[in-house]
Amino acid sequence: MTRPGDLSHHTLSVLVENKAGVLARVADLFARRGYNIVSLAVAPTNDERFSRITIVVDVESAPLEQIVKQLFKLINVVEIQELSPEASVERELMIATVRSARDRSQILELVGIFEARILAVSAERLTVSLEGRPDKIDDFEILLRDYGIDDVQRTGRIALPKIGKPPVIISS
Amino acid sequence: MTRMDGAQALIKSLEAEGVEVVFGYPGGAILPVYDPIIESSVRHVLVRHEQGAGHMAEGYAHATGRPGVCMVTSGPAATNVVTPLADAMLDSVPMVCITGQVALAAIGTDAFQECDTTGITRSVTKHNFLVTRAEDIPGTIKAAFYIATSGRPGPVLVDIPKDIVDKNNPDAWFDFDYETAHIDLPGYSPSVEPDLTLVDEAAQLISQASQPVLYVGGGVLKARGAEALMQLVELTGIPVVTTLMARGAFPDEHELCLGMPGMHGNYTAVNAMQKSDLLIALGSRFDDRITGKLGGFAPDAKVIHVDIDPAEHDKVRKADVAIASDCRLATEALVTSLKAAGYPDDRPDLQAWRSKLSGWQETFPLTYEQSTDGELLKPQYVIERLRDLAPKDTIVTSGVGQHQMFASQYWEFNHPYTWINSGGLGTMGFSIPAAVGAKAGMPDRTVWSIDGDGCFQMTAQELVTAAMEKIPIKVALLNNAYLGMVKQWQDMFYEERLSEVHLSHDMPDYVKWAEAMGCVAFRVESPEEVDAVIAKANEINDRPVVIEFRCVNSEKVFPMVPAGGSNDDLIVDPSQRDAQARIQESSAS
Ligand SMILES: Cc1ncc(C[n+]2csc(CCOP(=O)(O)OP(=O)(O)O)c2C)c(N)n1
Ligand SMILES: [Mg+2]
Repeated sequence: MTRPGDLSHHTLSVLVENKAGVLARVADLFARRGYNIVSLAVAPTNDERFSRITIVVDVESAPLEQIVKQLFKLINVVEIQELSPEASVERELMIATVRSARDRSQILELVGIFEARILAVSAERLTVSLEGRPDKIDDFEILLRDYGIDDVQRTGRIALPKIGKPPVIISS
Repeated sequence: MTRMDGAQALIKSLEAEGVEVVFGYPGGAILPVYDPIIESSVRHVLVRHEQGAGHMAEGYAHATGRPGVCMVTSGPAATNVVTPLADAMLDSVPMVCITGQVALAAIGTDAFQECDTTGITRSVTKHNFLVTRAEDIPGTIKAAFYIATSGRPGPVLVDIPKDIVDKNNPDAWFDFDYETAHIDLPGYSPSVEPDLTLVDEAAQLISQASQPVLYVGGGVLKARGAEALMQLVELTGIPVVTTLMARGAFPDEHELCLGMPGMHGNYTAVNAMQKSDLLIALGSRFDDRITGKLGGFAPDAKVIHVDIDPAEHDKVRKADVAIASDCRLATEALVTSLKAAGYPDDRPDLQAWRSKLSGWQETFPLTYEQSTDGELLKPQYVIERLRDLAPKDTIVTSGVGQHQMFASQYWEFNHPYTWINSGGLGTMGFSIPAAVGAKAGMPDRTVWSIDGDGCFQMTAQELVTAAMEKIPIKVALLNNAYLGMVKQWQDMFYEERLSEVHLSHDMPDYVKWAEAMGCVAFRVESPEEVDAVIAKANEINDRPVVIEFRCVNSEKVFPMVPAGGSNDDLIVDPSQRDAQARIQESSAS
């Protein structure tokens, strides 16, 4: 299973015009040119004219430079930053429903260690949430798998440059 | 400022952009826009199929350098222009396409003649817009023309819902003022001027090369860079190859012109690139039809790559110096930099390289055998005669197939913007509508459409358009009764097992058909008749003319790099194979 922590994965923070169809243009471009998206998160920014798309790309499918240049050719793409793990703060959110009929206390122990939260409880299942760095979420998910995960959903990575570290603007 | 509805505003916007002709076809969703056309100064050319409108807009743009405009209704009409849009996208043709759309409230309901036009055309346009308010029409049209013509040119589509151009809709009325209409494109600022440090680095590489080649592509034409290129060549003495998209960017008659490289390039052009130590790529993109098998392409060459689209750099071939710039400006900057470095006095001596090239040119000219008695025509011969009897600045368009390659090989292109073809997409049927568009834009020039019988049958209906609109193009139909190019591949790579490539010499009867469409038509079957009929056709200027040239079906386009093969595997004309073998032996030992 590929995970956002892989070396071949790079995070791009793509500032786009907040217009109908922009996400489709970005997704289309990746599909058409055979670039792999590992995860993708979109949300408005504090400036209502723009949205930010955080895309984790797999550079094994194509060189990062090509991906960035092709993305930047989209008229609605305003700026692209590459966010390296060292120079950025990254977060992801996971929620998972775990089978807990047998080992509930062990699961609760993990929840404690990872500072995760319990969102819902039944006699046989727990729904837990964890927000944190993508690699930490990977670890948690792998440990939970031993107990049986019924359902899991991750948001995909979002990231911003660290304060004081100027972002690497690779296209603007 | 004048109060008007969206339809009037759309037409006024086109007028304000200086549009002189729109190629189009009406229908339900675009109906309101067709009303103000009646009073407009913009000429509307009523096509017979929307694909024709798109290719006409392309032909117009290729010939004039101004953006071509086409306008069609929603649904099936919009899907009919997808092919020309894709064609314009791959060949970087500036074009604005206006499509009608169902009313805003009906979008997404599978309404009559609704299709997701902006979705369908996303990947075949440089950009597209769905306009949702009448007052946004002028700004969107302005943006569309700006995007289509700036940076790397390309097609832009503007989709317009019916209600915002409907005079009965109060919301469709607004105060129109094109001057102040606002373009808001925060993400679009195409690179134009070259980085002079990189230009100096390129000049440095040029001064060190002993076997350089200028690899000139369509970008030079798009940048109106032919004069700058001539200066660069005269200053440096570097030989030039012109790709299929750049024929005419540098005159074939010039002693340093090597002609077309690539899959059907001539021996010298192909091998000059193969043996080069420096490729100076100007507005060319290392297309697979040029490079052949990439691993074997120009193995010893360093690369200078000038392209206005930075995404072309390092996409196919890694560049040693990559310059993101308009080709004309970069070429001019190179000239300045080389002069500062002592050119032309201190330029390297390229004599050895040039004599090697002229040796190849002597041994491996393009060649074919004239028809024997009673045999039908050779397509190469027909093109040579058309060429020699045509006025100097004749514009030539072509379809796709053997006739296209023969036209590119055998015509002598000495002027920019005289060769118009579908290079990237390879769209059969391109020739006739492209010729109509070119002639509409350049009415004083002779326009010859060189077409194949397969291609002709795809878009011949536009001859009706040409006849009705008095756009007197000339069509040279090279009727070989076959999908000749496909037959060639079946002959060469499928042991002559012909599958679904036979058409017919006399079904349809092309002369009758052309006459029925309002053309003057001739049929020529033997070499002796060729000149007289061409001369007659050249005299006719009030109607379109079609000459059906009955050609043999046996000709193959040589040279040829077999698909997937390296350029070193170039297959030359059978008569030159011994000479080729001798050269290969001597360079191996
Ligand atoms: C729209 C389209 N369909 C199919 C092809 C594939 N194709 C390339 S050349 C060719 C044959 C063209 O025949 P014709 O127009 O008679 O030209 P010729 O090769 O005989 O000169 C075909 C079918 C194409 N390029 N475009
Ligand atoms: Mg044919």
